[in-house]
Parts: sequence; structure tokens; C-alpha cells
Amino acid sequence: MESDKDNASLLGGKLSVINVGLDKFATELADHDVPVVHLDWKPPAGGDPKLAALLSKMGT
Amino acid sequence: MDIIEKANEEAIRRMLGAEPVLINVVPAGEIVPNLQDKMILHAGPPIEWGRMCGPMQGAIAGITVFEGWANDLNQAFTMAASGDIAFDANHHHDAVGPMTGMTTVSQPMLVVENKTTGNRAYCAINEGLGKVMRFGGNDAEVLNRLAWIRDVLGPAMGKALRDMGGIELKPLIARGLSMGDEMHQRNVACSGLVLRAIAAAMAKTSDDGTELSEALDFISANDQFHLNIAMAMGKAIMDPVRDIDGSSIVTAMSRNGTDFGIRVSGTGDEWFTAPVEMPEGLYFAGYTEADANPDMGDSTIVETIGLGGFAMGASPAVAGFVGAGAASEAANYTHRMSEICATENPEWTIPSMDYLGVPTGIDVRLVVDSGIAPTINTGIAHREPGIGQVGAGVVRAPMACFEQAVRRLAEKLGIS
Repeated sequence: MESDKDNASLLGGKLSVINVGLDKFATELADHDVPVVHLDWKPPAGGDPKLAALLSKMGT
Repeated sequence: MDIIEKANEEAIRRMLGAEPVLINVVPAGEIVPNLQDKMILHAGPPIEWGRMCGPMQGAIAGITVFEGWANDLNQAFTMAASGDIAFDANHHHDAVGPMTGMTTVSQPMLVVENKTTGNRAYCAINEGLGKVMRFGGNDAEVLNRLAWIRDVLGPAMGKALRDMGGIELKPLIARGLSMGDEMHQRNVACSGLVLRAIAAAMAKTSDDGTELSEALDFISANDQFHLNIAMAMGKAIMDPVRDIDGSSIVTAMSRNGTDFGIRVSGTGDEWFTAPVEMPEGLYFAGYTEADANPDMGDSTIVETIGLGGFAMGASPAVAGFVGAGAASEAANYTHRMSEICATENPEWTIPSMDYLGVPTGIDVRLVVDSGIAPTINTGIAHREPGIGQVGAGVVRAPMACFEQAVRRLAEKLGIS
């Protein structure tokens, strides 16, 4: 558990962000001059668990 | 999975080991397998008349008049709708064709032979830009140009190629990549290299100075002249990759303006299809997205061998032309395509990307797992028959095709 002191430090200091997935969050932050690195990521097989299981057995 | 990895190694070995050479130009009726009179081969997976898009129907009417099977376009439409004309996919006849992809008996076909495996592939000669049959154009101007290609340009090129022993295409592509072509929407460099290679032989074998001048002028004025050569080359490279048990490598991607279809090595000649998507791009003056037809053509065979949208990094100029963003973003397209391919081509490299090889061997497993669809650079046809090209853009292959292919390949391998 983070302490209140840690949270205060996070919110009070300068943010550097790594955004994973939806790029909307990254562009919003960038628009407010917050340094952000966006990682383009989607769930395997578009989130289809059966297809993801097949792919896993096929060696991806 | 070991069987898939070994099969894909073999698929890549065949792709990279191909030695495509442009050897001849011959009338389709003399060389395309199982092509008959009153038969039209079209782009994309098979499709019946009633589901064809406007430009495809317009081109079919035009080529029916061109072949003399109908007296005018109205009669041609009636014949096509009533079943008097047989239709089939180019890909079923060792052939490919851009956009509507019309192939009929009298058209001169570029012949590319894969010297490694001995197979041949065919594609009609590029007609130029604007109002042309591949974009659904079918008026007298279009038909007269096709007649000139049949009677003058095709025979002249055929004589020259036979005299000179052909043009090796692998080194030509390597040079073209270093000169800013990606070989789908930018063929300026390769078209020039082809002209440079063939001009002397055309002059040597010509007995008519006026026709020679017209032929050389036609090639030099057409920045996309090389596209159809690249397509026949792509088909000649990929056909020997078909039918490798267990391989998840894509052997063809193609569109008929209604459906997008792919074939995969380990599933043979079965098509996996889904509704084709609309390109996003830039339009010529006077046209908008409302005029555009959905994506069309066999030209995606060039992406299948790692060129076109896959080689966008070699061609920053094309990124602007197709509306894909700033020139600096071109390299990102190529990097993204590397994530869905088995390897890179060490002989086709991109100098401005530290000689990165073009992404080669689209693996359906990687496409579905990553959610990254192949990127295709494409021309945009008007949705109405008879008008022609209205723009150029980028389109993505539908993910559903690749999901179907993964399921079918798993079924064939007994994986559930």
C-alpha cells in the first residue's frame, strides 16, 4: 500500500507517463504538455479467448 | 509448434530463393491456362455478376465490346447479366490484374518466369493513369488505347524481350527501393529502369520508327508502367509457396471491390473472405470520399511479397501521395508490418532504414495475435462504371480473413 505521503508526492510532482493500449489517454496528456510514451498494444486475438487459446497452441 | 515453424521455413526459403525474370509478352489466349473465348478473368476472389461493384461491371461491359462479343455497352451488360459470359478469378489461371483486373483472350500478357521453380505468371500491360479500364473506364478512348496496346505495344515488347533474353527483376526491385519506389503506388524509378533496360532491344527489333517512338513515349509517360510487371513477379514468386502442409504464410491477398480474400500456404487454394474496406486517402480535384468505390484489385500481391505498404519506409514521397501522414511516419508503417512477418528480405533493403530488409512472409498467426492488419497502398476508383480513378490511399486488410484462416489451419492440424 502506498502511503498518503507517496500519493502526495505523485500528484504534486512532475508526471512522466507510459500509456498502454488506448491512445486517447496519451494524446490527452500530450495536449497538456505532460511527457508521455504510448505503447500500442491490444489483447491477443482481439480479446477472443478461444482464438487466443488456438494461437497459443499454434506457437505464437 | 514445430510443424508450423518448419513449414514456414520452407515457405520463406522458396520466397527468398525465387528468381523472377520478365521474359515475354504474349496474347492471353495463347498462354493463360484454361482461358477460353467469352470468358473474363477478374481481380479478387471469385464473384458472381450480381454482387460485382460498379467499376467491375463497367470494365466487364467494356472488355466485352473490346473483344467483339457485343456491339455496344448495353448489349454487353445484358450478356453479362444473362450468363452469356463466363467469369473466374485471375488467381485461378496463374494470372493477376490491377483494380478490376480484366483478362481476356486477345490482351497481351506480361510473362514472368520464376527461374528457380520454372513456373510462370501473367499480367496485362498497364494502361496509364486517369480514365482506364482497370478503374472501370469503358468509352472509345479506353478501348482504342487497349487496341493499340494489343496491336503495337505488346508485340513490340514481346519481340524485344525475346531478343534480349528477358529482364531480371530481383536486382531491378533492389535498385528501385533505393530510388524511392515501394512498387505499388510509386513505380517511377522502376518504370524508368525498365525503359532503360528494354529501349535498345525495342529499337533493334522494330521495323517501324513511328510505332517505336509511340511505344517508347507511352512507357516513359506512365509512372505506373512497372506496377503490372511487379504484380506478375509477385504471383510468380508466391505460387510455388502454395500447399506447404502446416505453413501459416499468406500466399495471396486480393480484392474484387466487394470482398477481400486471402489464401494461406497450409490451407491450399481455399479463399478466406470478408467485406472489403474503404481506402482512406486523398482525392483528385473535384472528387470526394462519396465518389469512392471500396478497395479493389489483385495488386495486393506486391504487399504479399513485402513491397507496397510494407515497404513504405523506402518511399516517403508515397506516404504523402496516399495520405498516410508525414514523410517521417513512412518508416513506422514498415516497422509495424515487420511485426506480422516471418522475416526480412536481405536482398530487398531500405537504405534510409539502415538497410532493413522489407518485411517478408505474412504469418496469419502474427496478424491475429497482434491485431495488426496488413497495410495496403492503393488507387481509388469511382463507384460508378465508366469514370475511372479518383484518388489514392491506404487500406487495411480485414482481420476476419486472417481469423478464418487461423481456425481452418488449426482444424487441418488437428488443433482444437
